[in-house]
Amino acid sequence: MHDTNLVLGGKDFTSRLIVGTGKYSTNEIMRQAHDESGAEIVTVAVRRVSLPGKGESILDFIDTKRFTLLPNTAGCYTADEAIRTAYLAREAGLGEMVKLEVIGDARTLFPDVQGLLEATKTLAREGFVVMPYTNDDPIIAKRLEDAGAACVMPLGAPIGSGLGIRNPYNIKIILETVSVPVIVDAGVGTASDAAIAMELGCDGVLMNTAIAGARDAVAMARAMRLAVEAGRLAYKAGRIGKKLYATASSPLEGLPDWTS
Amino acid sequence: MKITVNGREMEVADGLSVEALLAHLAVKREFTAVAVNREITPKASYASVALRDGDRVEIVRPMGGG
Repeated sequence: MHDTNLVLGGKDFTSRLIVGTGKYSTNEIMRQAHDESGAEIVTVAVRRVSLPGKGESILDFIDTKRFTLLPNTAGCYTADEAIRTAYLAREAGLGEMVKLEVIGDARTLFPDVQGLLEATKTLAREGFVVMPYTNDDPIIAKRLEDAGAACVMPLGAPIGSGLGIRNPYNIKIILETVSVPVIVDAGVGTASDAAIAMELGCDGVLMNTAIAGARDAVAMARAMRLAVEAGRLAYKAGRIGKKLYATASSPLEGLPDWTS
Repeated sequence: MKITVNGREMEVADGLSVEALLAHLAVKREFTAVAVNREITPKASYASVALRDGDRVEIVRPMGGG
């Protein structure tokens, strides 16, 4: 079946799975997991270099010709910090795309949508391709779109929780509310969660812990790739409606007569 | 003079440039960015920017994250 690409900031991506680079047991496992995931975009954090500047770098394990690096602003609690981090990332040569996070609370890591909106406005105006991590709130999603976000990335559940898509109905409403791509970011625990997001009609899924934290990260990366593809295909194929009672699959006519 | 680099105080030569600091600390240049006192230093200015006593320098790179 023909499918369109995921378009972000004018760039086309055939994979609808975006994966992280954090929490892997080793960089080599990460490299293999990235390969199996089929992802074309990988997220990175921007942090202080260790001094002196020796030692292994994750960049030795990411082919930057194959993968687009997507810097995040994780750990930022204000719009100002997030904006500065985005500028640093751009200056570092990581491009114009930014996974924008403005965190409101350390325990839940829920977004501070007020700061998020402010940072989205500023960065979009400055030419960034802003991909905001947001709540599953259709009103905020619309405001982010109006502020110039390239997509909206509602959480399925708290970051790293593995609780899955807790409010599929809100995600569905977001899909009807905005015309930019909708990417579920955070909360995925296993393959079926990713499939559910895609079956709802989401344009992509972003995950880190679900793969990196799995007992076999490389196998889980493959499972996620298949789940995203299967979910997307099922969405495009158009599922049947749900009914309370049975509908026979076999014809009711032509039954042999067993009456005596 | 004393400067703070990534939260660590260090004694360096007066008027040290950002370029010389990066070389001194053996920092890889690829995908690296520098900010001095919260302001980003463009790569093209590394050699011309002289650090001053009390400057706070941040040197960052991509690390694992989600």
